[in-house]
Amino acid sequence: MSLSKFKFDKRIVLSFWIILIALIIAAPTLLPVFRLNLLGRYLSLSIVALGVDLIWGYTGLLSLGQGIFFALGGYCAAMYLQITSSSEFPNNIPEFFALYGVEKLPFFWEPFRSPIFTFFAIWIIPALVAGLIGFLVFRNRIKGVYFSILTQASLLVFFNFFNGQQKLINGTNGLKTDVTQLYGQMVGSESMQRIFFWITAILVIAALYFAKWVVKGRFGNILIGIRDDEPRVRFTGYNPVVFKTIIFSIAGGLAGISGALYTVQSGIVSPQFMTVPFSIEMVIWVAVGGRGTLLGAILGAVFINYAKSLVSEALPASWMFIQGGLFILVVTALPEGVLGWIQGDGPRNLLQRFGLKRKIETYPSLEANNNEGNNE
Amino acid sequence: MELLLDSLFNGVAIGSVLLVAALGLAIVFGLMGVINLAHGELMMLGAYTTYVTQLIFKLPILKPFYNSYIIVSIFLAFIVSGVVGILLEKTIIRKLYGSPLETLLATWGVSLILQQFVRSVPLAYGTGLVISLIIGLFLPTTFPQKIKESINFKYFKFSSWILATLTGVLTGSFISSTVSKLSRASARNVDVTAPSWMRGQVEILGTAFPKTRLMIIVITLISVIAITLFLNQSAWGMRIRAVTQNRQMSDCLGISTEKVDIITFGIGSGLAGVAGVAVSLLGSVGPNVGGNYIVGCFMVVVLGGVGNLLGTVLASFGIGIMTDLIGAGRLLSIWPDMPLPLSNTINFFATTSMARVMIFALIVIFLQFKPTGLFPQKGRMVEN
Repeated sequence: MSLSKFKFDKRIVLSFWIILIALIIAAPTLLPVFRLNLLGRYLSLSIVALGVDLIWGYTGLLSLGQGIFFALGGYCAAMYLQITSSSEFPNNIPEFFALYGVEKLPFFWEPFRSPIFTFFAIWIIPALVAGLIGFLVFRNRIKGVYFSILTQASLLVFFNFFNGQQKLINGTNGLKTDVTQLYGQMVGSESMQRIFFWITAILVIAALYFAKWVVKGRFGNILIGIRDDEPRVRFTGYNPVVFKTIIFSIAGGLAGISGALYTVQSGIVSPQFMTVPFSIEMVIWVAVGGRGTLLGAILGAVFINYAKSLVSEALPASWMFIQGGLFILVVTALPEGVLGWIQGDGPRNLLQRFGLKRKIETYPSLEANNNEGNNE
Repeated sequence: MELLLDSLFNGVAIGSVLLVAALGLAIVFGLMGVINLAHGELMMLGAYTTYVTQLIFKLPILKPFYNSYIIVSIFLAFIVSGVVGILLEKTIIRKLYGSPLETLLATWGVSLILQQFVRSVPLAYGTGLVISLIIGLFLPTTFPQKIKESINFKYFKFSSWILATLTGVLTGSFISSTVSKLSRASARNVDVTAPSWMRGQVEILGTAFPKTRLMIIVITLISVIAITLFLNQSAWGMRIRAVTQNRQMSDCLGISTEKVDIITFGIGSGLAGVAGVAVSLLGSVGPNVGGNYIVGCFMVVVLGGVGNLLGTVLASFGIGIMTDLIGAGRLLSIWPDMPLPLSNTINFFATTSMARVMIFALIVIFLQFKPTGLFPQKGRMVEN
């Protein structure tokens, strides 16, 4: 008897959508610019959280390296912005190249002159990289903790690579985007930021429905099967490698989109996106929101980041304690996350504990049958 | 020849730090299937222990023994990190048994808390806290069997914890009043200075070797020998090996897997502390010092496989030597007139960070052929 069984009235759904759309349109007038910008950034982070939820919550692959794909998407967007606004600099190449005495544009920058290429690169390049890494790892049936530490190691490798290459991508300084131009407008300007906010909000909703579509039906069932008992899936005749690679590259693509949106709203992309703590934080957003519940990933990303900025403004030193405590608390006490707890038996158990609701006696098998087909 | 010797020595020196650090991680991973992300922070605690010990040995009473502080700090670091590790096992990791991914996240949370702890708590009081933990955990185990079995044992336990807290508070305030450097919290890095007999260089076969690096190699050698002896000769070592091979069977045969877990985790964490001493000799000590080594340790565990110390040893030295060969661009000096494209490639990778990139790529290639590391555990089980 879970909340998800509760059927919403059509009118309620419609009015919910109207309110949501009205809120998105009105947000720029309701919030001060600073807060709006923060909200936009957190919403873009929720897209990467959706990807983490797909691979961890549904497929059971704990990746500690989503920062790679996040940063790759960000770099793609930033390279395009830098190169299109570089006409007044010497040699027609972005300004920072002059600092290191580079006169010719490195070859891999060339395609980024085209907006269409960039549009696809933002999500295809991270997805391809993720697919490659994933395939090489999954092919050998490396999984569990091994997979996690390998992704973490590859994250560090990418960090080292991007951090060290001043002459190719400005190394540790990163690429600035807020002073570049897009269609004659400054990217960092208020009007552009407003548009980016709207794009982000729309893409979050689109990504949510895309993810829902991915986990629906047989494909989603196989993912859950891999999570719960991979050898059994293999013995049934499916090849888990294919499914794992596909879902890992989907998550990579989502991370790329997220990174690009985050970059244009924060004004810079740098190897800092590929630090180890940031990638693990993504996992905790999902864990707190509720893994296996897609909406939970979005809510978790937005709320935790919001809490982070509030706490860091008030008591900078305490955030690390809170975050560390959150990691421990959520895995020991609340493994399904907040939304999973609400959708599951959590509230009823709580009411029972206070004697407000009678215990329901059923056979577990009956309950399992009832819930079938209604799971998200 | 001389160049080769130099390179070999550097590689072994890098590898031996990796080895002590990864040894504990590998043993714990082999036994419990758990990767401890707070391992780096346990190393950091070891490094800070060295720093505190050094300052305490500067007090007038202990001044004559100052030169031996580093030896004392090895044992202290082992105990400090070991006790923190045991506490971690007892409170968190045991609850998450059977879900290694959750353990990974929980230990990351612990590592964040430990990092912030050394930043915002004065080291003197940190020392006091650790001392009270040590007393509180170990005092009850020293009671005679008769008391342990009595119903009132919990009161004995309780009173020993009170005693421990009092001792901790007293030592903490004593240290903070006598050693001014430890009485205030600071996020800045601190430096450990090696005692005079460890400074300078030794000349062997016409090449000069820094003494601190030799000391680290010696520490590593002793740790590896001690662990090998413990695992292969002692009764508890045998139990640990048994549980590593087949946990359920060992449990059925009457081995207390719970105790085995605690002992192994304690030893693994203690080794991290010893690695911390080695790290403190190499550079300055800060809250993030563990993070620099932890990924190298993971690579060693992945490359070496579990259940065999030899794998860990070979993997650490292999990675150490490769880091030096690639990172310092030594292949170029060994073979000066190699073709241009090759030498360009080698130059491109000839920094420490790019060497890591190269080594990671090599490890991934290696895993394509041997997915479970150098010495995989043999068996006919389905995975899981």
